[in-house]
Amino acid sequence: MIVLEHASVYYGAGSKRVAAVRDVSLRVAEGEAFGLVGESGSGKSTVLRAIAGLIPHAQGVVRLAGLDMGARRPTASRRMAQMVFQDPYGSLHPNQTVDQTLSMPIAIHKLGDADRRVPAALAEVGLGREHRFRYPHQLSGGQRQRVAIARALILQPRILLLDEPTSALDVSVQAEILNLLTRLRRELGLTMLMVSHDLAVIAHLCERIGVMSGGELLETTTADALAAGAVSHPYTQALLRSNQGFDASSITAA
Amino acid sequence: MTDTLLSVRNLRVVYPGDDGDFHAVRDVSFTLGRERLGIVGESGSGKSTTGRAIMGLVAPPGRITADEMRLGDLDLTRMNEAGFRKLRGKRIAMVLQDPKYSLDPVMTVGDQIAETHRQHVNAGRKAARLAALEMLEAVQIRDPERVYGLYPHQVSGGMGQRVMIAMMLIAGPDILIADEPTSALDVTVQTQVLAIMDNLVRSRGMGLILVSHNLHLVSSFCDRVLVMYAGRVVETCAAGDLANARHPYTRGLLAALPELGHRRAELPQLQRDPAWLEGSL
Repeated sequence: MIVLEHASVYYGAGSKRVAAVRDVSLRVAEGEAFGLVGESGSGKSTVLRAIAGLIPHAQGVVRLAGLDMGARRPTASRRMAQMVFQDPYGSLHPNQTVDQTLSMPIAIHKLGDADRRVPAALAEVGLGREHRFRYPHQLSGGQRQRVAIARALILQPRILLLDEPTSALDVSVQAEILNLLTRLRRELGLTMLMVSHDLAVIAHLCERIGVMSGGELLETTTADALAAGAVSHPYTQALLRSNQGFDASSITAA
Repeated sequence: MTDTLLSVRNLRVVYPGDDGDFHAVRDVSFTLGRERLGIVGESGSGKSTTGRAIMGLVAPPGRITADEMRLGDLDLTRMNEAGFRKLRGKRIAMVLQDPKYSLDPVMTVGDQIAETHRQHVNAGRKAARLAALEMLEAVQIRDPERVYGLYPHQVSGGMGQRVMIAMMLIAGPDILIADEPTSALDVTVQTQVLAIMDNLVRSRGMGLILVSHNLHLVSSFCDRVLVMYAGRVVETCAAGDLANARHPYTRGLLAALPELGHRRAELPQLQRDPAWLEGSL
């Protein structure tokens, strides 16, 4: 469903040229959930944005559902892959109601029938009719993230790209959103690519996991292997230890 | 553990609002010895406000009241702003979440540490500089001379947080309040910063209050844990026993955490019981 071959993203020129992503290739089958973990600056979000077509100068090949994506994508192909961002405060327009936010993609893609589609999308993410004419500041953090997911789903995409969808949320709300994503994936047969720094969250939702550091994909493993601690790369092992809480013995001299 | 550094009894913080008073902290009581105490809870549970109230950092119109708030021989309930100014840094210090916002962007990090030193200790510029360099070394910064002259935007998040710790400990306080000190850092850097903080707090015989939303972190790092919900302490237990917590809120939170090696089709969602607001303890 998602094929990425030899993707590289560079910023700057000359001696200041920085490689944000270096020669990353990955494949995600239809209906599969793939996770990318890594620390800040490891390039995981850049990979996601390159697949979404948000980085026009990205090098390499992106193929979604068998179609080659060039530097300029037709509107119809953009509909296929939709993205959910980390902070719904930042990704929802503060001066537009939920209704306006959800109607915009329908207008852009000329789907029509907004009056039926908007309540349906809200119902799908567990929000009621009463939320339709509210502004983002009138919603809780979890409700806002549900609106952001509804915004992505309203175009009926086949691929959902998730950039740290729960890291701005409290533990109890995180559980609700993770359950929602699990249910949507099952009911709609979505293919998901999720980025997070939290190994437990990634392993909960995704079967296969890629570990990134310094712009490179170090290794691809499975959630089961990760849980069993059967990972080969030393960086992955360090990441795994850090995720299990504080352990003074794991610190090598700083 | 025998000597009590801080004792708080029935601490309340109230913010007046249009639809009546908002009780951010309600009847919180605890004591702190030479130990590591964790305060966990979700956003809005009052965990940060509790820490700020101890420092006298609740701005009007917010009001702090307490039956008892005692730091060693000092009665904090009678303290005015001038008194608190002398206290902060010298007796109680605080490390906040993001060093990017806590450090002055137009002053070198070394000068900021030296300034703190001079604020509390009668020392000359040279002595302050030496003290600051020593402190930078204590937080395991490899090249203190070089780092002294750097501006906050030139240091990484982990290094910035170590600079903050150095600044907070230079006047030798009894208590360090760390409010989400590692939430803005990468996981591998988190452990390192915590270890440095832990070593210094232990070797100086200080008390540490770690405020965090991260249950794993608190249970593995602290000695004792207070769990807060809606401004109230709903449960106090030894950190190692957090897994056997009794209160339904704590149990609900623990169950809602995704776990490596224990994959569930669906995470149990927290069902909030209005009775928790009344306090069952």
